[in-house]
Amino acid sequence: MNNTYYGKLIFELSKKGRVGYSLPKNEFATYSTTQLPDHLLRKSGTILPEADEQTVVRHYTNMSNNNFGVDTGFYPLGSCTMKYNPKINEEMAALPAFSALHPTQPASTAQGALKVYYNVQQMLSELTGLSEFTLNPYAGAHGELTGLMIISTYHQKRGDLKRKKIIIPDSAHGTNPASAAVCGLEVVEVKSLENGRVDVEALKPLLSDEVAGMMMTNPNTLGLFETEIPEITRLVHECGGLMYYDGANLNPLLGVCRPGDMGFDVMHLNLHKTFSTPHGGGGPGAGPVGVRKGLEEYLPSPHVRKNDAGQFYLDYDANSLGSISSFLGNFTVILKAYAFLLSAGREHFKLMGPLAVLNANYIKEALKDVYELPIEGLCKHEFVFNGLKDKSTHVTTLDIAKRLLDYGFHAPTIYFPLLFHEALMIEPTETESKDTLDSFIATMRTIAEEAAQQPNVVKTAPHHTPTKRMDDVKAVKEPHLTYKSYTA
Amino acid sequence: MSKVVEGLYYTESHEYVKVEGNIGYVGITDYAQSQLGNVVYVDMPEVDDEVTAGEEFGAVESVKAASDLISPVSGTVIEINEALEDAPELVNEDAYANWIMKVELSDPSELENLLDAKAYEAICQ
Amino acid sequence: MNYKYFPHTEDDIREMLQVCGVEDLEGLYAELPDSVKLGRDYRLPDAKSEIEVRREFEALGKENTPLVCFAGAGVYDHYTPAVINYVTQRSEFLTSYTPYQAEISQGTLQYIFEYQTLMADLTGMSISNASMYDGATATAEAMMMAMASVKKADRILISATLNPAVIRVTQTYAHFHGVNLIVIPEKNGVTDFDFMKSELEKGGVAGVIVGQPNYYGIIEDLSGIAELCHQNKALLIMNCPASTLAVLRTPGEWGADIAVGDGQSLGLPMNYGGPYVGYFCTTEALIRKMPGRIVGGTTDSDGKRTFVLTMQAREQHIRRQKATSNICTNQGMMTLFVTMYMSLMGPQGLKEVNEQSYAGAHYLHDELLKTGKFADAFPGQPFFNEFCVRTDTDIEQMQGKLLAEGILGGIRLTSEGKKDCILFAVTEKRTKAEIDKMVSLIKEA
Repeated sequence: MNNTYYGKLIFELSKKGRVGYSLPKNEFATYSTTQLPDHLLRKSGTILPEADEQTVVRHYTNMSNNNFGVDTGFYPLGSCTMKYNPKINEEMAALPAFSALHPTQPASTAQGALKVYYNVQQMLSELTGLSEFTLNPYAGAHGELTGLMIISTYHQKRGDLKRKKIIIPDSAHGTNPASAAVCGLEVVEVKSLENGRVDVEALKPLLSDEVAGMMMTNPNTLGLFETEIPEITRLVHECGGLMYYDGANLNPLLGVCRPGDMGFDVMHLNLHKTFSTPHGGGGPGAGPVGVRKGLEEYLPSPHVRKNDAGQFYLDYDANSLGSISSFLGNFTVILKAYAFLLSAGREHFKLMGPLAVLNANYIKEALKDVYELPIEGLCKHEFVFNGLKDKSTHVTTLDIAKRLLDYGFHAPTIYFPLLFHEALMIEPTETESKDTLDSFIATMRTIAEEAAQQPNVVKTAPHHTPTKRMDDVKAVKEPHLTYKSYTA
Repeated sequence: MSKVVEGLYYTESHEYVKVEGNIGYVGITDYAQSQLGNVVYVDMPEVDDEVTAGEEFGAVESVKAASDLISPVSGTVIEINEALEDAPELVNEDAYANWIMKVELSDPSELENLLDAKAYEAICQ
Repeated sequence: MNYKYFPHTEDDIREMLQVCGVEDLEGLYAELPDSVKLGRDYRLPDAKSEIEVRREFEALGKENTPLVCFAGAGVYDHYTPAVINYVTQRSEFLTSYTPYQAEISQGTLQYIFEYQTLMADLTGMSISNASMYDGATATAEAMMMAMASVKKADRILISATLNPAVIRVTQTYAHFHGVNLIVIPEKNGVTDFDFMKSELEKGGVAGVIVGQPNYYGIIEDLSGIAELCHQNKALLIMNCPASTLAVLRTPGEWGADIAVGDGQSLGLPMNYGGPYVGYFCTTEALIRKMPGRIVGGTTDSDGKRTFVLTMQAREQHIRRQKATSNICTNQGMMTLFVTMYMSLMGPQGLKEVNEQSYAGAHYLHDELLKTGKFADAFPGQPFFNEFCVRTDTDIEQMQGKLLAEGILGGIRLTSEGKKDCILFAVTEKRTKAEIDKMVSLIKEA
């Protein structure tokens, strides 16, 4: 990363007459779009830039230098599992034998691709204790929606049409209630106890024959294992509902505990979290969805299966909930995850959870004398501080996050979960070394000292990044959403 | 300390209604605007919309938060505060002067269910 | 342990456990009830070295057959300039998260801002979001947005001439979201205008969804549709393959309120169906109903022009169940991909790609008709880079023969009454020699 701000836009580099492409000579020049009826043709001008190849390459290279990635440094972003993204994955996923396949080509000519789907489905089933997986959902939230559609379909097929309520803890990721709303379900919130766990007593009165199911993240967004999970699943099943597992936080359980064994019926997981595929500045991800035995037929279409002759084929089950994607999801992301599954194998998956948990607890214990730890005890992959212990400095969580940028660290997730005012949610992942954690801990202590002695340095941070703090209010009130608004 | 005005009716969700005859001026309280921070957008109903006490009629938005507006009263919207379309920050400047909608009350007895200044002040402590 | 993605030494682990006050790694899970613990090894294959991983992928690759592609149906075999794969692999882009910390994410924020500008320009709309998953889910989101934007309406009309994959996904979302989605029938390959008009005039329609060019490759004459929608308080939603908009009349020019579709045709590899990028553009008036992330320009405290995620109060992490959509992760890198593509191609390049695709498709069309084995499925309809022909030939046998020669010879339609139809698509990557070879193989069959 380069701390000098680049800041140009491609439109500002455009010069009439330059080209950045080369194409073969048109072999069919007797045909032209000018032969189309005039009113079907585009009349407006365009802002598309005219730039030569090197100008384009330098522009995006310079732009990338103002970006911080996992390859730049420590990225302790809570609930995002920013682990190392292996490079072999990228190379394998880009092989032309995979990238040149058209989605409609016959299955007989894509057996290698379909085998990857099948193998990944099988391996995810073993890792989670569920029966069958679809890899079609494009992202975690898309997986949640698909999972909720499966739950709704299950009730609809049984003619149980009044189950429209979905119970969601107040600590849940925002996508949970949002996905429920897209799925046409009514959100019922259940409160957390002082110890950060779901309040089983508060849950009981919410259960009825109108409940479709309950969504849970375990460990929850405070990084705490929901120890009452056997009782919770029992109660929800008893009332006829299904249990949904939000797999955003699956990483710490690898090697130790499986959602299927906890009693969950449906789950999603994020290949771009637990299975090492890169986040790509916001995507593409993949949110495979798994179901327990008995729910397989409801999975979205198409679904990859293997016949008795060992051939892979696409199945369109009549009981399927329908299609949720054009085809089979983000194939390339699945290829990357497959490379990771092969590389980690039996021996290393079992250590992934424990090492991630060790890293999180280590940071927590080393900092809890200066940062406020609202809930004591073992955490799993992440934990939440409620700002500095010493509140008299008026240095906020936002200030701490911004000051961390100055020291070459990405900030933790801030102001989430909403249970605490100054939430600072830290997730280190298992790919970070003790040395990295020690330097992060030392920096967090330095910031705490700065907050006490020269709070202004922290309150006006960052100082050494490509840009200073942004005016978020201005961005909304005087919106510039395309370049045209700068030239108008 | 947030300002609470005597003579208005308040809700626990931090809306107020100022009543003149059978007309109510509905807005958010000074406490609500201070909690939200810089208001950047007010989503208002349309004139002639029916609103119901206890139900949503719009939303106020700051940069990092958004809050639904719950109507303290039932009735018909007869005017909205158009000034807020271009200058939502007026809500921050004076929440009580800058009401959001003007409602013709259909059931003035609903006012009895609302909080008075003293009771509202207590919940803002 | 000795795994290249785990940096911990035995000593590290011991020291760290001590700080945590725990005996061993198992002790970190002391609070878990025994009943939920796995208590055994995973039944997974043994870990593979990098050489072995590579070997496995190479073996799997050999079980796929790359084909000379004459298939389209929303996914087109356009050329990807070399620099795109090269630059998009830069790990500063690839290994970053959503740009929540704007001070160290200007790279991501700037290319999204460029992407929004380019997509808005291409579609002729005023604003764009930072992407959706694919063209189909973007269309489903547009349907839900129309429902949320138009008061006292409970129906959406969708044209039967749209890509069936888009219709299928939209129907799934409609079923669960509680939208009454009505399919407008097809008439000679285009949307049945009279049916649409009568449905709109019944009232209660929040939006009308049409495709352009449609599934059959036909460029529909949408004259009067936007006006008809607006007279009846409905939004016009258009789904268009992105690249064609460099030449064809844009959704903005047709008067659409929302433009959605797939950006795959902007040089994205076919990748067996994904990742692609769904684009979503609309008018300023509808911005607060728009799903997904938006990047906007602002200034930092030094007054420099900078970029941030903005209008976030619409999104799930703030509004939860009241959000305009549940989308969080989008197609990030693919927006960089198509942004670079558009920057390299420029106005002339993008036009030329479409010219060549159009010309190749029309050449193939005429050559096929000359064989005497084909007739237009929809006579007289103008088409772009894809067309639909009808034949008495045994299609399965013909496509099998082409496949044996390494050619993906179009897509056979599966809908009732159209099983004797094939859809052919041509891009600038297809040579005259390839087209002639396919036609002569068909002629011999």
